[in-house]
Amino acid sequence: MLIFILKRVAGMIPAMFAISILAFTVIQLPPGDYVSTYAAQIAQTGEAVDSAVLANLRERYGLGENVAVQYFKWIGGIARGDFGQSFEWNQPVTELVWGRMGMTALISFLTLITMWAVSLPIGIISAVRQYSVIDYLTTTFAFLATAVPEFLVAIVLLYISTMWFGVSVGGLFSPAFENAPFSLAKVLDFLQHAWIPILVIGLGSTAALTRIMRANLLDELHKPYVEAARAKGLPEGRLVLTYPVRVALNPFISTIGWVLPALISGELIVSTVLNLPTAGPLLLQALKSQDMYLAGAFILLTGGLVLIGTLISDILLAISDPRIRLS
Amino acid sequence: MSAPFDTAKDAELLDQQVHAGSLVAASQWALIWHKFSRHRVAMVALVVVVLIYLVAAFAEFLAPYDPGKFDPRYTFAPPQQIHLFLTDEEGTRFAPHVLGYKSQVDPKSFRRLFQPDPEKVIPIGFFVEGQPYKFWGIWEANRHFLGPVDKADPFFLIGGDRLGRDLLSRTIHGTRISMSIGLVGVTFSLIIGLILGGISGYRGGLVDRVIQRVIEFIRSVPTIPLWLGLAAAMPKDWPPLQVYFAILIILSLIGWTEIARVVRGRFLSLRREDFVIAARLDGVSEFRLIMRHMMPSLYSHIIAAITLAIPNMILAETALSFLGLGLQPPIVSWGVLLQDAQNLRAITQAPWQFVPGVCVVVAVLALNFLGDGVRDAADPYAK
Repeated sequence: MLIFILKRVAGMIPAMFAISILAFTVIQLPPGDYVSTYAAQIAQTGEAVDSAVLANLRERYGLGENVAVQYFKWIGGIARGDFGQSFEWNQPVTELVWGRMGMTALISFLTLITMWAVSLPIGIISAVRQYSVIDYLTTTFAFLATAVPEFLVAIVLLYISTMWFGVSVGGLFSPAFENAPFSLAKVLDFLQHAWIPILVIGLGSTAALTRIMRANLLDELHKPYVEAARAKGLPEGRLVLTYPVRVALNPFISTIGWVLPALISGELIVSTVLNLPTAGPLLLQALKSQDMYLAGAFILLTGGLVLIGTLISDILLAISDPRIRLS
Repeated sequence: MSAPFDTAKDAELLDQQVHAGSLVAASQWALIWHKFSRHRVAMVALVVVVLIYLVAAFAEFLAPYDPGKFDPRYTFAPPQQIHLFLTDEEGTRFAPHVLGYKSQVDPKSFRRLFQPDPEKVIPIGFFVEGQPYKFWGIWEANRHFLGPVDKADPFFLIGGDRLGRDLLSRTIHGTRISMSIGLVGVTFSLIIGLILGGISGYRGGLVDRVIQRVIEFIRSVPTIPLWLGLAAAMPKDWPPLQVYFAILIILSLIGWTEIARVVRGRFLSLRREDFVIAARLDGVSEFRLIMRHMMPSLYSHIIAAITLAIPNMILAETALSFLGLGLQPPIVSWGVLLQDAQNLRAITQAPWQFVPGVCVVVAVLALNFLGDGVRDAADPYAK
């Protein structure tokens, strides 16, 4: 098992490298370099520009040298935990990024768990009771859910809760808890707020997962081994759960590879609409003001988050299926 | 009588019989259509999609106004109701009309409040004269499909926006941009996907492995941050048309992977088909082998992949524009229109600004159903 995990981790290295190249390209894309932009910003406020500071910054990011040198200075800094400087906030990116990324990771993780918890039983029921009312309902719902953009659901929810119930749903904490230290009350407050983004973000993927589970299970349900078990007199509930569901679970787990990117994308948009203290609004802001080191860090870290998620799903797959573990 | 195994002569005979009408043969397309037309939901979806594209094609004619025409007197004017019959001192008669507005400014919030004014009857009709426009940028015209008989009268069927522009006209013009983004974007994706997927499936080996790794990688990157990053790099002073094509290319850079996957899969399975091997052994050139022998059995699958890719393009453009990094005004797309519905105040004051969102959902649903139908019908010989 350990060897399997090590192999997977080693396999992640080229992907991580490719993502870092991608993030670096995005940093490089806007015309001009950041130090000139930064100098122009300072000059606008009327303060004197200290040319020694600028030269220092140029040296630090290797500006003016070739792209490869710049890349290695940037990635080398990240290896030491230095993501560069945010020119808009005038703070090291590291200080801005981690709290926000942590929230994004937490929300994505909770969404993933909720998604599985919902789509697994519903998928099983609509496969076992194919063409029943529940099956038709989930099918209709699944088609709708994949066609509606998440941010639209978020706005409609915002509208309904304000107009009909008179509560605002933005944010992740009540103002009283925003800066409070960690406590049970804070966690409860968080959960009270978090279920809305979790619901909105997970909607589309939950629908897709339910369909996948249903299709997987339908493939299994009519196989001879199920028939044989039934003929031996195994109670129907135990029969379905012990054999076909276990087999159908495999592709279900491996879908995390594409569900997670979709989740993180959805999280970025929804958090902008609902104004959550996650990576989304800050990334958007950074991109609009071309605060590229901050934006690059977010793109790199969201990519990293997906890789970690894929690794976890690979490990889960290996646990549930010995064929994968041993090959 | 022909010899028992003279295939060439048999084929000729068959051709003659078909031409003479003594033998009925259905082409592959006829079979596909037959199978597709039995899929009722997909047929409804097809009608809806055709209607939407017709709206996109005739936007200038169908919209009562120019999308940029604004009138500060009608800021957030609520939707008007169409009345078919008019009752006055002369009795009740058929005279389609809408009612004008009585407006007053709320002293507290300084917002304009509107009430329908029964005194102001605005007759409406089909093919009325209105604002002149250039149809498709070529023909001068001033007839509009539906509008007020007197073009100076206010006409807001689904309400006005924050500048007093007619939301219906803007949504109709947005249909053109949003739907064309889907179509043109998919064309770009198709070109990339066809070439790379084709090479990958036809050549196999190392090239295949490299292309497959690239596809896997692209699919594992969260799309929105990447799209945003690329879109943010666009210079702010680019003209709208250039932005439009830049957005298309950005969307296609990721959208091609699904099409490439489908094409590769089909090529892989076709390569081993008897008729392809036979053609190759006959010494057919590679180009002819691909174009003449393999492509015909690919078309229907490609069409299905395209139909399923268009809604994703539309959703992606809507999301980008909604976040303010996609298309920029004065270009109007559904996503650009939804920007106005972004904050709570705007939507509580004027909930009709959701209408472009409804259009997105209807279009995406219809295209999804259509794509599903085509995919199921793509192989008419399957059970």
